This record gives sequence, C-alpha cells and structure tokens, in this order.
Amino acid sequence: MTPPLLGVEGDGQGNVSLMTSASTMESIFQKNPGLTERNYMGLSDCSSVDSSVVSGISEVKRNNLNLRATELRLGLPGSQSPERDADVDNASSESLDEKPLFPLLPSKDGICLGSQKTFVSGNKRGFSDTIDEGKWMFSSSGTDSDASKTSVQGKISAVAQPNMTKDATSKMMPQEQSHGTFGTNLNKVNASNPPASKAQVVGWPPVRSFRKNILATNSKANDEVDGKPGPGALFVKVSMDGAPYLRKVDLRSYTAYQQLSSALEKMFSCFTIGQCGSQGAPGRESLSESKLRDLLHGSEYVLTYEDKDGDWMLVGDVPWDMFIGSCKRLKIMKGSDAIGLAPRAMEKSKTRN
Amino acid sequence: MMLLQPSMDPNRKRAKSVDRVDSVDSGSESFESTRKCGFPDEVLERVLSLIDSHKDRSSVSLVCKDWYNAERWSRRDVFIGNCYSVSPEIVAARFPRVRSVTLKGKPRFSDFNLVPEDWGADVHPWLSVFSTAYPFLEELRLKRMAVTDESLEFLATNFHGFKALSLLSCDGFSTDGLKAIATHCKNLTELDIQENGIDDLGGHWLSCFPESLTSLEVLNFASLNSEVSFDALEKLVSRCKSLRVLKVNRNVSLDQLQKLLLHCPLLMELGTGTFMQELISGPVTEFKTMFSNCKNLVTLSGLWDTTPLYLPVIYPACASLTFLNLSYATLRSDELANLLAHCKSLRRLWLLDTVGDKGLEAVGSCCPLLEELRVFPADPFDQEIFLGVTESGFVSVSHGCPKLRYVLYFCRQMTNAAVATIARNCPDFTHFRLCIMNPGQPDYLTKEPMDDAFGSVVKTCTKLQRLAISGLLTDRTFEYIGKYAKNLETLSVAFAGSSDLGMESVLKGCMKLRKLEIRDCPFGNAALLSGLTKYESMRSLWMSACNVTMNGCRALAKEKPRLNVEVMRDEEGSDDSQAHKVYVYRSVAGPRRDAPPFVLTL
Repeated sequence: MTPPLLGVEGDGQGNVSLMTSASTMESIFQKNPGLTERNYMGLSDCSSVDSSVVSGISEVKRNNLNLRATELRLGLPGSQSPERDADVDNASSESLDEKPLFPLLPSKDGICLGSQKTFVSGNKRGFSDTIDEGKWMFSSSGTDSDASKTSVQGKISAVAQPNMTKDATSKMMPQEQSHGTFGTNLNKVNASNPPASKAQVVGWPPVRSFRKNILATNSKANDEVDGKPGPGALFVKVSMDGAPYLRKVDLRSYTAYQQLSSALEKMFSCFTIGQCGSQGAPGRESLSESKLRDLLHGSEYVLTYEDKDGDWMLVGDVPWDMFIGSCKRLKIMKGSDAIGLAPRAMEKSKTRN
Repeated sequence: MMLLQPSMDPNRKRAKSVDRVDSVDSGSESFESTRKCGFPDEVLERVLSLIDSHKDRSSVSLVCKDWYNAERWSRRDVFIGNCYSVSPEIVAARFPRVRSVTLKGKPRFSDFNLVPEDWGADVHPWLSVFSTAYPFLEELRLKRMAVTDESLEFLATNFHGFKALSLLSCDGFSTDGLKAIATHCKNLTELDIQENGIDDLGGHWLSCFPESLTSLEVLNFASLNSEVSFDALEKLVSRCKSLRVLKVNRNVSLDQLQKLLLHCPLLMELGTGTFMQELISGPVTEFKTMFSNCKNLVTLSGLWDTTPLYLPVIYPACASLTFLNLSYATLRSDELANLLAHCKSLRRLWLLDTVGDKGLEAVGSCCPLLEELRVFPADPFDQEIFLGVTESGFVSVSHGCPKLRYVLYFCRQMTNAAVATIARNCPDFTHFRLCIMNPGQPDYLTKEPMDDAFGSVVKTCTKLQRLAISGLLTDRTFEYIGKYAKNLETLSVAFAGSSDLGMESVLKGCMKLRKLEIRDCPFGNAALLSGLTKYESMRSLWMSACNVTMNGCRALAKEKPRLNVEVMRDEEGSDDSQAHKVYVYRSVAGPRRDAPPFVLTL
C-alpha cells in the first residue's frame, strides 16, 4: 500500500498570521543538523520528488473522484490558501489544488495535537511528568509567509506514515525530537516513527494544564466505553489510510448508513462507501463477489469497520442497529486493500442470516 | 494595585501635623505649610481602616504625608500583582501591620507552558522576611508562584496564628507540604488548593489534621488525584461546625458525599466527587433528600462522571444556586436543559462544550439572570471531533441573558455578524474572551477577517475591562480597540495583526491598559518602543514569538531604567538578535536577583 505523499502547497498567503521572523525557522533547522529533509522514501532531496509525485496523485484522483478534493496536503501553518474552508461542503473544483483532503476541523494548521492521549494510554502519569511534556520548546511554531520557507518546512513535514497508527504523537514536528523535556512515551514513539507534519503550537488553545490532564483522563474513559450500547454519544474513531489524522464520529447521531456516509464524505471528501452501503437497512442483500469487486475497483476507497471480534468488515452488510452495536472503529481503506474483506464479510453475513 | 513611591521614606516619623507634601507625587499640589489637619492620627487611622479597596487605599496614600502614614499603619491586606515589582523588604518596611498577603508571580502565559520551569517567583524569600516582619500573618494567597514543601513547612511552623492558605496555579510542592500545613496550623480556617502543579504523593495529608482542629471553614482539595481517608474526612467535616466551603476530589463517591452532607448544614459552596454509577450502592431514590439539608448552598461544582440517571439528585439544590460549575461534567444538551430548568437563580455558569449549541439555547431560555458564562472545550487538542459550540450557541445565550458581563467562549467557528448581535444584546460586557481555537481563522461564512467582530464589541460595550481576541485579525482590530476601548485594562492577543501599527494603536489609545500579553504576532521593535512612555503605568507586558529583537529590548531598557526588561532565551540557543520571549514590568525593586540563566535582564 502506497500512502499518498503529503505535499505542501507553497502558497505564501497563509491566512494564519503565525508570524515569526524568518530567522527563527532557519535557526531551528540549523540547530538540528540531524533533521535532513526527507520524504518517506528516505530521499534527502525531495523538492522535485514531492512536487512531481504530488501532481501525479492529484491527476489520478481527479480522474477518479469527480473533482473532489484530492491532494492530501498537510502543510504547516501559513501554507494554505485563505479560501480554504473548515467545512468541506463547498467542493469547489477550482480550488482543487488547495483543498485539503482532511479539512481538519477547524481545518488549519497549528493545532495542538492530541498528544495527551498517549499519556493515558497506559501508565498513569504523575502530574509533573505531564508538566514536562507540555513544554515543547518552540513556542514560535508559526511560519512566515515566505513561500520558500514554507516549502522548506514542507519538506520536513512531507514525511508520510506508512504505518500510521492512531497514535497521536506521530503528529509531532521533527524539531520536537530534540527536546529533552519530553516524557518517555513521546520520546519512544518519536524515535520509531517518522514525524508527521502538523505543527505543534505550544500553549494553544489556552487551556490550563490541569484541565488538559483531566480531559485526557476523560477521553481515555470514553474510549473504554466505546462500542457499548447505552445512552449518550457513541464515539468511534475513523481513520483513513495514508492520513495521519483521525476523526471521531458519534454513531448515535445517525440513524442510517446514508447519513453516516454523507457525514464521512464531508469529513474526508474523497471516498465512497460504495453503493452497497446505502442498501444497508434491509442488509441481507449479499454482495456478489464480482459486484463488490467492481465497486471496489471503481472507487478509490471503501469504508470498513472493526467489529467486536476484531474482524474488519465492510460497512453496510448488516442492519444499522446491529452495526452500531458491534462497530468499534471505522477505517477508510483503499479499495484494493479491501478486496480481501469481501469474502469474510460475506461469510459472516451468511452465518448471521 | 499597590503604588509604591520610591521616594517616600516609610520610616519617617509620624508627625501630628501635616507637613508640606513634597516628593509624594510629581503631579500633586503642595499644601500650604500652615494648614493643619484636624484629625489626630488615631482617628484618621480608624477611618482609613474602613477602606478596603486597594485602589482607594493607593489614592489615600497619595494625599499627604499624614494620610500616607495613617494608611500604611492601618493596612491589613496587601495585594501584590507582580511579585517582582517590589521586594518583600520594601513591603514590610512600608506596611508594618499586615495580616493578609496576596501574591501573584509568573506571567499568565505560564499557565499554557510558555514559561520555562525554574523561571522564578519563589515564595520563600517572602516568607523569610514575613516571618520577622509579620509573625502574626494570618492569610496567604498565592497565584502562579513557585512553592516548595520546605516553604510550606516553614509557613506552618513560623506563623503561629496562620489561618488561611490559598494556592492557585502554583507549582513545585507536593502533598507533603500539605501535611505540614494540616499538622501545624492549629487555627486553620482555610485550605484552598486549586489547579496546581502539585506532586500528589497520596491522600495521607488529610489525616494529619489533629482531632483538636475544629476551625476549618474552607476546604478545597478538588484538584488532587489521590484518595483521602474517608473516615478522616468525615470526622473532620463533622467537627468543623463552621464549614461553609467543601470541595472534595473525584474519589469521593456519591454515597460518601451523602454522609458528609449530613454534617455540614451551613454549607454554601459544595464541590462534589464522582457520580460514577459503579461506585454507588443504592438506587437513585436513596439520594433524594441528600441536598435537602443544605439550605444555604449557592455554589455547586465537581460533578464528575455524571450520568442522566444520577444527575437529577442535585435538582433539589438548584433553585438557590447562583454559581454552577459544570466544566468537568460531559453533559449533553438534553441533560443540561433538564438541569437548567431547575436553576432559575443562576448568575454564573461554567460549561463544557459537549452541551453544544442546543444546550446553550437552554441556557438562554432558563437563566435570565445570568451574568457570567464560561464554555470550555472538551477536546481542545482533538481535531477529530466535529463538535462543540458555534456562533449560534453564543447568540442564543445573548438573546436570553442580557445581563451577561463575563464571557469566556471556546469555539471552532465564528462570524462577525454573530458577534455584532451578541454585543448588541449584551452591552454590559466587562470581560469578553473569545477563543476561536484555530489560529488565524476568518469568519467562516464571509471569509473576512474577524476585525468587525471585535470592533463591534469595543464600540458597544463601553465598560469593557478585559478582552481576549482570536481568529484572523488585521491591524484594523487594534485600531478599533485603541479608539473605543477606553476602559480596557487587560488585553490578550495571539496570532493577530499585520504590522507594528496594530500594537501601536492599542498602546496609544487604551488609556487604562495595565496588562498586555501578546504571542505570535508580527509586532516588532517599533511597536515595542512606541509604548515607551506607557509601560510604567502598566503592570506588565508580555511578547513572545513576535518580531522583537534584542536591540529593541536594549533600547527600551536603556530609556526606562525603572522597567525590568527581561528576555527569555529558548533553550536551543537561538539566534541572538531575536528576542523570543520578552517580559517587561515596572518595579521599584530593581532587576531580579534570582533570575535563572535563561532570563536576561537588559
């Protein structure tokens, strides 16, 4: 599976006024000689590689996806155009090149990553540990609007994640590896994964440490009850291959596959559940293998979910209520990867009949 | 705010008659040397002792030498907004009879990890001086100070009448320090531990309160993680008959809370523990009368892990509540609506944005007396969640709550039109803090900058004292602020502005500005130096990740010797000409003597 390259749009007119002086970014690069610009293939000069591959991808996608937003672009602050919208509702094709695949709500750069999650994903950490973690040393994470600078930064950021996990720490900037103040969890992860692109903005949004830690504990508790039917929201993570960002959806806020599908389409505007999804309500219509294969070949991505048994199934096989009762996680896979799921899904649905 | 006149000699003898007023204040008139003040000192002191407000007392002290002396002898309560603006020796020399001290230390952005550890604001030098100057000190309230266990032990053992300790956003201490306080302070009335960087080594500290301690009126340990002995807690609560504030931590279950409430009928403020169902032994009906004893309850907080089933146990207490803090309760809109239907008297409400816009509609319809609303983000760093509140929730509240004065609102989208409507509906805003969580985000409908939003706020809300701005903002925002926000005292700016003109407009126009904190804005030396004549009338200026250079800071320091111009160097040893974090404040104590190596005073 080849994850799409994360290109950077060298658009100087960032709508983010993250204005640090030009020398700041340079100094960061100078001071970290270990950070050579690499793309995921390990090539050190990736400027030409980036642009060519990026344009390649966009063409392919344009052909396949009805002019939806195509390019996976995860630029640093300031590298996106002002027209970009938080909601990807306006799929205006003229801003094709600038539309992010992940209009990460609120779509822009410079959002703090949810690294708090790693704190709670295992050991309980003393507060002092987390205090240390909070201090990512560069407070000036912004970029300036100089296009050349953004492309330089883009190279740092254009490191795709072949083994993207939901681990939020993979979002960290390379600069942060060099800072000794990180807690052990983060350091370990950084060492093993190539860093992803989103810039960490220290101290933003301005939420006090105490509250941050409480929220981290809360989200852990919520994760543990995910999938359990009951009152209240039912958040499941939605990941998409090749993208370092996850989304979460509240399955209870939908009543049918179509709603889920359109919501996810809005969020990740370039996949299709496949026409099989919309027939989910009766749910028993088995997909003929060939039909499924057609669909899967026809669309770039399909929506799959992990059920309580840990199996990955295609979404749309079972009635909606059964689905939300058993769905633990959603994943938008490349069609080619999902082919292997079809037989299993069919078997399962047969046994359920 | 305490104004200290360095030229005043606090040790001058107290004369019976009025002397000529000389170097007190350069702008004051001088009295004729023959005029006599008719009041004997004792009467004057008695009269002045009735004045509580710090600002008033500062004014009083400037009238003449007699009044200055009378004021200083009658001052019981000292408020020091910046611990480095004055030294403990100066304070002790001027105010001989102080009983209560409030000290604030680090710049506010230290709450968000922008200030390195070991920056300073150590309370210990203060305690050392106070141990000789104010052995009868009764109250100490610290905010953003560095406090160690040794200091707490020193406090507990050197001040024998010590009564009230309040720690907010402090760090450097552990629960061992609390043990010392609990053990040694025989007359303790208040122990208020809020949101600190505390090393929680366990809940044994609470068991250190001796059986003889019955004076506690305020006990707040809501932010501590470790479980305390419930037995010790119950006994403590039952023997402290004057307890009016009790805020327990999350480990205390609903069962346990019910038992506690039986012992404190006078309670005015309650912070509950957890509502987690697994920890509850009885059905919900068992808790029906839980709050019926507490007739005086006006504040309710905590409310961890509430569920729709057990949250209603608090309904009987809601009618008289004036402050409801739900900022740790992940309520949905319907739960909130049901709850608020019982809360007609609410003046202050803190929420999590899980309630959504629908929840805020309920606020607008149920709480007409609301004066303060804070909406915190449940997942500020989680870009995945497509939820929270939007501009429409805020607008709903503004329609239903015209008395709104204080708002803190975290959201992911906003429009200029919405803010204009809000300002029109609530012209009495004194504190308007809007945080659009994505830096530099424009009006999501028009794609315009959010300049007009804040323009409408400052134009309409003439009483505005505190403003925090966010979103995509050009210099126009700052022009508006400078032109209209004549009562503004505190301004927080992040990721905003287009040029030096922005900051210059604010410095020129906001006459009452006291605190200015700026991060990640394109303001450079020209902007910094445009405030040359202003900084001495302000408490402090913070600028980080802006375009200020060392030379600019040096120029400022050179021109203004009574300002401390401090530059914090990033640890990565960055380029010398950039001043990454600048902190400027007035001081009568001269440059810091305890500055760590990364803080350079110019």
